[in-house]
Amino acid sequence: MKFFHLIWSNLKRKKLRTSLTLLSIVVAFVLFGFLSSIQQALVGGVAMAGADRLIVRHKVSIIQLLPESYKARMERIPGVTLATHQTWFGGIYQDPKNFFMQNPVVPEEFLAMHPELVLSPEQKEAWLKTRTGAIVGRKTADRFHWKIGDKVPIQSTIWSTAAGNRTWEFDIVGIYDGEKKGTDTTPLFFRYDYFDEARQPGAKGLVGWYTIRVKDPAQAVEVAKLVDQEFENSAAETKTEPEGAFVQAWASQIGNIVLIVAAILGAVFFTILLVTGNTMAQAVRERTGELGVLKAIGFTNGQIVGLVLAESCLLTVLGGILGLGLAWLVISRGDPTSGLLPMFFFPTRDLLIGLGLSAALGLVTGIFPALQAMRLRVADALRRM
Amino acid sequence: MNENQSNNGALVRVENVGKIFHRGSEDIHVLADLHLQVPAGEFLALMGPSGSGKTTLLNLIGGLDRPTKGSVVVAGERIDQLSDRTLAAWRARHVGFVFQLYNLMPVLTAERNVELPLLLTHLSKADRKKHVDAALAMVGLSHRAKHYPRTLSGGEQQRAGIARGIVTDPTLLLCDEPTGDLDRKAGNEILDLLQALNREHGKTIIMVTHDPHASARASRTVYLDKGQLSNEPVK
Repeated sequence: MKFFHLIWSNLKRKKLRTSLTLLSIVVAFVLFGFLSSIQQALVGGVAMAGADRLIVRHKVSIIQLLPESYKARMERIPGVTLATHQTWFGGIYQDPKNFFMQNPVVPEEFLAMHPELVLSPEQKEAWLKTRTGAIVGRKTADRFHWKIGDKVPIQSTIWSTAAGNRTWEFDIVGIYDGEKKGTDTTPLFFRYDYFDEARQPGAKGLVGWYTIRVKDPAQAVEVAKLVDQEFENSAAETKTEPEGAFVQAWASQIGNIVLIVAAILGAVFFTILLVTGNTMAQAVRERTGELGVLKAIGFTNGQIVGLVLAESCLLTVLGGILGLGLAWLVISRGDPTSGLLPMFFFPTRDLLIGLGLSAALGLVTGIFPALQAMRLRVADALRRM
Repeated sequence: MNENQSNNGALVRVENVGKIFHRGSEDIHVLADLHLQVPAGEFLALMGPSGSGKTTLLNLIGGLDRPTKGSVVVAGERIDQLSDRTLAAWRARHVGFVFQLYNLMPVLTAERNVELPLLLTHLSKADRKKHVDAALAMVGLSHRAKHYPRTLSGGEQQRAGIARGIVTDPTLLLCDEPTGDLDRKAGNEILDLLQALNREHGKTIIMVTHDPHASARASRTVYLDKGQLSNEPVK
């Protein structure tokens, strides 16, 4: 700490240059914060997926339907404790831009399968009693200012009623929250019995996919094989995979998000590396004589390396803290897409990674100027004062 | 055993020292078989024409450079054989430097500049402050302690440089043309100060200078020419 004043004073030597470099670092870390949050929003479901849950879908494609009768056969397979189904409804609320997920489900089975969705016992009871009842996640309820008792019309892009009407009405009977911060609370779930009865006759008894719970997650691979064997050579063969892989594949429809984010951040940080590296190299070059004085009065080569590295780390960590803090403040104000993203928050893990990255940036940009300063011969350096 | 005894009566003993610089394929012999002894408490002036090797000799005595041959012993320690790390610690403990162009850190106030050598000690902040205040008082610069070098006159900057040189109470004070960049009045004040440090505080001082007026303040003057020392001025 006794060297802090010296390090800080050196940073203040060229205020404009230091400020501009600091600003570029801040911008880079604000971008890092936003991209981390968007990545979390798009692929965060993978981390939240249940380790004991498998998804069974049609072998050809997710849009091919499976018979409802598969449920009983699945539950007879050794290792399977529960099976329930969902179907993609593909609805919009009032305007095509108001898109979010809505699926018909069997309420009791569905809630038993997804304990991460927190619904009060009264609201659960109301759902079981109300045939047209639906529960909606907190994020979507807030987005559209829905409250319990509201009747909401959803227009399906896929399903028509028997009367040929694509607009379905639901009664909001419950608003659920996520047990954990990263839980997606955008979907709306409504009752399958209402859906199956009301839809056009041709599709009755068909569902989108199954979620099954296995007794022992360690045996998930074996169970998946047994499920697919069960329906082999049938009209609707299945493909069974862990829920995490299913969510990952779903998110990958947009593209390899992790790769896209990594590529953007890589380009940004490479540029920052050059900017900060140049600042530090100039800073050391300009004070060759002063470094000579420090060595003359007894600073060791190690201490000189430490001073230069501390200076570059102070600059990048300060920029990192400001940038990450600014990103956190803006992200905390809420989803800029007004609820289009399933979740929007700055994960603590990424915040810590950002801090580590800022320190690493300081070390990498400072190491070459530091070594250059270390190699200076005192007598030569003093001549350049 | 005191420092003088440990070094056969001399605080500084330079023996058979040669220094060769390499410039491309050319070897430049700056010092050749040079001998010098400086007793403790002496104020020695080192004179000679430009390029005669005065600063090189001062650098060897201060442990800033190493001789090509021979030995440099200061306060009983053969410094030409010390490792870089040990030599740096030795400099911090034993040597104070005063430079022609003051060599103060422009980003630090006078008192922070004076404090720099103390950062290498284990002194507390309060103790460092006491030492800095004492050093600044000794050179008559207490009233300018909070000023940055750019707001100080040349004479004041050199006073701050001297305060930095003596703040650790070093064994030896090495001055390289300390009045070379000052007018006569300021130069005289600096020479008064160095003389007082030598006479009143017993500091051993080796001063490189071109100026006979400055060397006249020293207790002894030696002359360097073509890599050799003599007690007479070069004709």
